[in-house]
Order: sequence, then C-alpha cells, then structure tokens
Amino acid sequence: MSLRIVVCAKQVPDTHNIKGDAMKPDGTVNRAALPAIFNPEDLNALELALSLRERFGGKVTVCTMGPPTAVEILRRSLYMGADLGILVTDRRFAGADTLATSYTLACAVRKQGEFDLILCGRQAIDGDTAQVGPQLAEKLDLPQVTYVEDVLDVKDGKVRVRNLIEDGYEIAEAKLPLLMTVVGSANTPRPPGAKRLMRYKKAVTRSELMARHKGRDYEDANVLTEEEERLRSRGLWIHEWNADDIGADLGRIGMAGSPTKVKEIESVVLARREYKQVPPTQDGVNGLIHDMIKEHILS
Amino acid sequence: MDKRGNVWVYIEQQDGKIADVSLELVCKGHELAQSLGVRTEGVLIGSGVAGLAGTLHEFGCDNVFLADDKALKHFTASPYQKVVVDLVREHRPNIFLFGATPVGRSLAPRVASALLAGLTADCTNLRIDDFEDKATKRVLKDKLMQIRPAFGGNIIATIANSWEDPQMVTVREGVVPLGTPTPGRTGQVSKVKVNLADVDLSVQIIERCRRPKKVDLKNAQIIVSGGYGVGSKEAFDLVYKLAETIGASVGASRAAVDAGWIDHDHQVGQTGVTVRPRCYIACGISGSVQHRAGMAESAKVIAINSDANAPIFSIADYGIVGDLRDVLPKMIAAYRARV
Ligand SMILES: Cc1cc2nc3c(=O)[nH]c(=O)nc-3n(C[C@H](O)[C@H](O)[C@H](O)COP(=O)(O)OP(=O)(O)OC[C@H]3O[C@@H](n4cnc5c(N)ncnc54)[C@H](O)[C@@H]3O)c2cc1C
Ligand SMILES: Cc1cc2nc3c(=O)[nH]c(=O)nc-3n(C[C@H](O)[C@H](O)[C@H](O)COP(=O)(O)OP(=O)(O)OC[C@H]3O[C@@H](n4cnc5c(N)ncnc54)[C@H](O)[C@@H]3O)c2cc1C
Repeated sequence: MSLRIVVCAKQVPDTHNIKGDAMKPDGTVNRAALPAIFNPEDLNALELALSLRERFGGKVTVCTMGPPTAVEILRRSLYMGADLGILVTDRRFAGADTLATSYTLACAVRKQGEFDLILCGRQAIDGDTAQVGPQLAEKLDLPQVTYVEDVLDVKDGKVRVRNLIEDGYEIAEAKLPLLMTVVGSANTPRPPGAKRLMRYKKAVTRSELMARHKGRDYEDANVLTEEEERLRSRGLWIHEWNADDIGADLGRIGMAGSPTKVKEIESVVLARREYKQVPPTQDGVNGLIHDMIKEHILS
Repeated sequence: MDKRGNVWVYIEQQDGKIADVSLELVCKGHELAQSLGVRTEGVLIGSGVAGLAGTLHEFGCDNVFLADDKALKHFTASPYQKVVVDLVREHRPNIFLFGATPVGRSLAPRVASALLAGLTADCTNLRIDDFEDKATKRVLKDKLMQIRPAFGGNIIATIANSWEDPQMVTVREGVVPLGTPTPGRTGQVSKVKVNLADVDLSVQIIERCRRPKKVDLKNAQIIVSGGYGVGSKEAFDLVYKLAETIGASVGASRAAVDAGWIDHDHQVGQTGVTVRPRCYIACGISGSVQHRAGMAESAKVIAINSDANAPIFSIADYGIVGDLRDVLPKMIAAYRARV
C-alpha cells in the first residue's frame, strides 16, 4: 500500500557542539554563535519516511514551524529525497511552548490534506522536551507509538513496529493513520543526493521569490504568479503558510497560547572550586587513600 | 475562594512493580502537599495492581485512585490518556507529577494537550513560590516553580504555569531522594470505573522484551567511573580492578559507552543515571555539563585526568593530574597496602 507520510522537523541551534567561540568569557553560552542545524532525530524520522516510501510507495512531505531561515532544513529534506516542503512561519508564532507548537503543527497538517503516517523526531535538542510528538497526536486525535526504532511491516492498513521501552523493547501493531516518534538509533540518515542538490537548490518559498525580484519594476504583476506556476510544475515550490493560511485561532498560538512561562534562565557556569592537588606519585596517592579511609569515605 | 486541588502523582508500574521514580515522586509530592496544606494522591493504572496501594500509602499517598482493567495491562497511550483525563476533569488536582520515563514522557504530553494545561519536561527540582506573570502583571500565589535543564544541559530554566491548574511536570529518576516509608501508614483507595467505550484501542503490544538493568548505580556508595581517556576496552579493566579493590561500582561517561567499552547501564549523566555516592572517582573524564548533571551531588569527587585544565577538576575535591594508566595501579597498591 502506498503511504502518505508527513515528517515534522525543527531547525535547532547545535547545542551538542558548544565549543570555544560559542562560550562567552563569563562561561555562558553565546547562542548567536551556534550554527542552526536540522534537529538530529528529525533526520532519523525523515530517513525512516524515505525508506518506507521506497518499500511501499507514496509521498513524503516535510513540515516545519520556525523563522524564515528554517527553510534551509526543507531544502535539505528535498536534497535527501522528500517530495514537498512546507514552511509554517509567522511572527505571531513566537514564544510558543509545546502546547502552542503542537496546536500550530496540527493546523498545518490538517491543511496539507490526508495522510497515513506522521513522523516526528523523539526530541529536539534545544527545548529538549520530547512533548510535541505526543501532543500533536492528541490534537489530531491519533493513536501514537513513541521511541520507534524500526518499522517491521506495513500491511492491510496496519503497521508493525519495534519501539524502545524503559529497559528493553516492544513489538507493537497499530492501525493507520498513526503518529510515531523516532529515536536516533533507528537508522543512519542518508546524505543529500548530488543530483537532487543541483536541482532543488533552486526550490524557493514565496518570500524568497519576492525578495529575488525586489526592486524590479513590473508592468505586469502576473510575472510573479507565472514564475510561481513554473516553479510549482517543476516541484521547486516550497509552501509558506502563516497563521491565517492555516486557520489558526490566534489565542492558541505563540505566547498567548502558551501556559508555561519561563521565569528565569541561568547558564550553567563552572565556578572554579578549590580542590586538593594530589601529586601523581606513589607517595601522593598513598596520602590520598589514607585520608579517604580516615574520613570513612573508603573503608 | 476555591478549595485548592491536591497534589497528584502518576504511579508507573511494570508487571506489578512500582517504578522507583514514582515512589520518589510520592515522597516529593507529599512534601509539596504538606507545604500547601492539601492531600497527596496517586493514580495507579494497570491490571491486577490493587496490591500496590499499601506501599503507596506507606510512602505518603493519602489516597490512591485505582483503575484496574484487563485492557490496561500494558501501557498504550490512548486508553491511559482517557482514564487520566477523566480523573483530572472530575477532581481538579493542583499539581500533577509524572516520572520522566518513556511512559511518563508519552502519556503526560497527551494528557496536558487534552486538558490545555502547561507541562514542563524533565524537571530536576521543584519548589513552591509566588510568581509574577509579566504579561498580566498579576502575582500568582504559591505556584510550582519547575526547574529544568534545556539546551543540551547548558542552561537551567525556571518555568511556571500561568494558566489554571493543573500544573503538570515530568521529573527524572534519581533527582529527588527516596524517603523512608512509614510502616503501617494507611490511606484511602478510590476505585475508578474504567470506561473505554469510545477509545482507540488499535495499538496492540505483540511482544515485549525486557532486559533488567544489571547494575544499581543509583544506590551505590562508591563509584569508579571511566571516560574516553581510559583509551581502550582492555585498559577499562584497570577501572574494574580499582573498583573491585575498594568495593565500588563501575560507572562510565557516554563517550566510553559509545566507544563500546562498557554497557549503557553504567552511564552516568543527563541521559544515564543520576548518582549521589559518598565518593565518585572520575578517571579520564573531561567533565562535560551532561556528565556533571548526573554526579555533581556526590559527596566527594576525586578526578584523575592528564589535562590540568579539564572541567572535571572544577567540581573535584581531590585532583590528580596524571596518566590514569599510571595512577590507577598506584591507587590499587595504596589501598592494598593500607593498615
Ligand atoms: C529553555 C527552554 C525551556 C523550555 N521548556 C519547556 C517546557 O518545559 N514545556 C514546554 O511546553 N515548552 C518548553 N519550552 C518551549 C519549547 O522549546 C518550544 O515549544 C518548542 O517549540 C518545541 O519544543 P521542543 O523544542 O522541546 O521540541 P520536542 O517536543 O522535543 O520535539 C519533538 C519533535 O516534535 C517535532 N517538532 C518540535 N518542534 C517543531 C517545530 N517547530 N516544527 C516542526 N516540528 C517540530 C520534531 O519532530 C521534534 O523532533 C522551552 C523552551 C526553552 C527555550
Ligand atoms: C543531549 C546530550 C546528552 C548527553 N548525556 C550524557 C550523559 O548522560 N553522560 C555523559 O557522560 N555524557 C553525556 N553526553 C556527552 C557529553 O557531552 C560528553 O561528550 C561526554 O561526557 C564526554 O565523555 P568523556 O569525558 O569520557 O570524554 P572526553 O570529553 O573525550 O574526555 C576524555 C578526558 O580524558 C582525559 N585523558 C585522556 N587520556 C588520559 C589518560 N591517559 N589519563 C588520564 N586522563 C586522560 C582527557 O584529558 C579528557 O579530559 C551527552 C551529550 C549530549 C549532547
């Protein structure tokens, strides 16, 4: 059976590689210096989607909510083999917690049409909550399987998966449509295809198309529409939707739609503490062990 | 004024054994409830689990909501969500604590989404305080301050819930200490009518393979931990040998686990176990934020590292700058030669 799959992906600062220049002199993180990357486990979700399409046929759509620059991960998805990208962007989405984020994604998923499977990464490496997947499932009234490592089979409208539990794994069977969250150990995401890269680097959103034509004077406003049609027909059109396009209730998005409020944020700073230097000699080590036993730390 | 809601704890159990984190949370919940002057209640779901209520009473539950049904034998999201959401709608708790386990992190978000409630993930600390909502300028009394790491462990955020109750959080295992039960303490059991008539039961667990943890690092008093600096699987024997000599358990950094030198059960840190031993000996571990998150509360830290600038030294009580392949045998010799 052919599968219509929607992958939700997030662009994130690369919090896993905080090194030298990303640290300020006071030991705090300089977020601006962190490169924006494709959330790692979302790449695993996309890879799983692409491999399912190879096995069963179908279509892979990648959807992201984020600032305009998040379009980069949609192009990357196209390079890897996705069929379509959707950028959900609007200043009014800013400040969303996971409840508002999942509501927004649910509106976008409904707008894009029917689907059999929604795939999310298990967790994003900046907010680090792993909440958006299950909340999106609830919003769309879908059953879910989380921590999925492999899809064993798809047959008769049912999917059989292996998913991780606290101290082992399960084999679960579920009816489609279904939402799954995918863990990093599921697979190794494929690199961008060279041919696809050449082709899809030309894929743009409406804002990008307009920016390209900025300053030019058109006698005929239809030029843009014509160019859009041309790009669409060649699969080079990335959808760009705002809060109105997806029919979102403005009270449920962004800051207004978010019950959790960040009261304060502290960077984890290493305060240098005095420690007792023990020389790496037999005498030094003897002294240390002696002290430890005397203080009843070792027995 | 409205009567204040109680403090609830979701009780996770597998095959009739209560998860450690749930008991830890009952203790924490009891403490929060006492400071708020309300009751502590557990939500226990499963099949044939009624016998667990007594333990929960002894750890501090005043009441246990018991939903016992064959269809609830294994955790699947939709039916468990239905049971929990119905209970919350009926009884309106003020605070609702879940363990940040795969089950807690699959269930709590669905419940929060259905209730339109805020949910803070993976808390490492909770306390009660007043909170001023900057948007409305209102001061909310006695709110739950939810403290959690984010950004890969590089920041610590304090989060509060500005909407109506419940204030929901998930809390990691091992971050709140387990209190001692009061033998003979009793409480109430409220049986819950389970109605799954219009719930999606289409997710079926076909097979389940559990591989219980081989080590109990959480309760270890002395831990010798090896990191990437150990250098090889063979050299890891030195770590084992020191541990054996001094009667310690063996821990590891993620880099050592990823290198395949030791099993993930031994990993200490944000994505491993949180430990608080009397003595933690870090061998060839640089001391990343994620590693420190799991061992910073050790009473004494001894660090052995060839790089005098390694961050691990900044949380050490004793530091040995040197090659562990040279230092560990000396420690073994020193311990053997004691008395
Ligand atoms: C320091 C800090 C702490 C925070 N703590 C909380 C908190 O405790 N509770 C809370 O509700 N919010 C919290 N937030 C807000 C939260 O980070 C945002 O709501 C964010 O949009 C989604 O959460 P996440 O990054 O944790 O994603 P996760 O829930 O970890 O993401 C899981 C998966 O959902 C999908 N997904 C997530 N976001 C998007 C997106 N924008 N577009 C497409 N797919 C997506 C991806 O597949 C991803 O792998 C916090 C934010 C910060 C900065
Ligand atoms: C989301 C996330 C979660 C994570 N969770 C965890 C976690 O739970 N636990 C965890 O540990 N890590 C975790 N990490 C990984 C963490 O960031 C570090 O990469 C890891 O802790 C490094 O391990 P290490 O200190 O052993 O290795 P390294 O950082 O490579 O350090 C090795 C150290 O050994 C020293 N050394 C080398 N040779 C010798 C020698 N012969 N004698 C003495 N010293 C020597 C070096 O000077 C160096 O300081 C996580 C990362 C992320 C992004």
